[in-house]
Amino acid sequence: MNARQHKSATTVSLRVRVDRVLCQGHARCVVLAPELFEADEFGGGREIGDGGVPSDLENKAWLAKANCPEFAIDVERLGETA
Amino acid sequence: MSSRAPVADWASDFDHRDSDWVEDPFPIWDELRLKCPIAHTDRFSGVYFPLRYDDIRAIAYDPEHFSSRRLFVREGRPPLPKAPPITSDPPAHRDERKMLLPPFTPAAVQKLEPRARDICRELLECLANRSECDGAIDYAQEIPARLTAHMLGVSEDSGDQFRKWIHEFFELSIADPVIAVRVVAEITDFFKREIAKRRTAPGDDLVSYLINARIGERAVEENEMTGILRLLLFAGIDTTWSAIGAALWHLANHADDRRWLAAEPQLIPTAVEEFLRAYAPVTMGREIVKETDINGCHFKEGEMVMLAFGAANRDPAAFPDADRVTIDRAENRHAAFGLGIHRCIGSTLARMEMRVALEEWLGKFPDFTLTPGAVVKWSMGTVRGPRQLPITFPK
Repeated sequence: MNARQHKSATTVSLRVRVDRVLCQGHARCVVLAPELFEADEFGGGREIGDGGVPSDLENKAWLAKANCPEFAIDVERLGETA
Repeated sequence: MSSRAPVADWASDFDHRDSDWVEDPFPIWDELRLKCPIAHTDRFSGVYFPLRYDDIRAIAYDPEHFSSRRLFVREGRPPLPKAPPITSDPPAHRDERKMLLPPFTPAAVQKLEPRARDICRELLECLANRSECDGAIDYAQEIPARLTAHMLGVSEDSGDQFRKWIHEFFELSIADPVIAVRVVAEITDFFKREIAKRRTAPGDDLVSYLINARIGERAVEENEMTGILRLLLFAGIDTTWSAIGAALWHLANHADDRRWLAAEPQLIPTAVEEFLRAYAPVTMGREIVKETDINGCHFKEGEMVMLAFGAANRDPAAFPDADRVTIDRAENRHAAFGLGIHRCIGSTLARMEMRVALEEWLGKFPDFTLTPGAVVKWSMGTVRGPRQLPITFPK
């Protein structure tokens, strides 16, 4: 409980993931949320690291999802049952 | 122009060369979407025209029934050499496309931005002290023509020749397919000479890139190279020219949006997406290679389908206030660059050119209108955009 409260300032409650089969490289996520997504050597999008979204970037995660023409971005809520 | 019967009914006899369609297709498309929503014409040996976002998406995702081997709707079907990867279907498409992706990634495009900005500034410099200009001819058309020439490693003065070929191939050849065959032969010769030059003197350009590139494990054959280079020429120039021109046309017509963007240039990338949604220049064809049904409509083998991505983008089922241009629209998953495996390979490049073109123009000319009484002319066919756009700068 205490540990959890202690971490709350940097708690990650969303995680983004790019479906690499659906992604066609429009690169909207890379432009709209460069903190969360990067392009590979062929321009395909992928989440940075484990896809964890710092709380101050949650809007950008949703914005990237809403602008993906291929519906390739998943935003998952974490820890709600923890 | 060939003489042809006037359109009797848009739903069953449409003709995309009709002057009403060319000038302002959106009311026609809106009406058809409510009524059909997949129109058909017996002209051009049979063409279907879906209008709903979901249907256009479904067809773009279905290369098994809808092949890319024929992309243009014309009178007659001339045999044309391939232009991979746009004319390819799975499974060959995958490796061909992968070969061509690296020069068009966000990182690669970023390196081209300074040249694009210089081109815009050079063009605007020529317009300084003028009270009017043609936004399509003096500005929009020059930006992608010069940048494409720069990327190909050919003279940036090649623009006039490029535009002549493009006009002939995209517009004149709809009525006379022989023109398409002749233009393709001329372009092939042009690029064969460039390939020969680069084999002895390679440079940092796309021709040299193709000479060294590999499709899967093998080298790119010369006839593939000329096809790919033709694709880059066609796909890179009048599309972006049309998109920049349509954005200028909108801003010349909407003083509120123009002032807003000039005052808040950081909004330009968002506005670019809305211009792409609302005025998506490209309509691509598919050939039906296996009969199928979509949304209750039977698609006959051997006929064509026209995918007007601008019609998908104006579908109210997919976009709230679809018929309103809202330059700060934040959620905008438009289909201007296509959907699925044939997503425009140059989409990041085109977006950069549009953004830079508008940033530079609005920085120099925040105030402009359409010239009163002057005529705006739009292109017909595969790519729609203003080809004549008379603009006045107030004193």
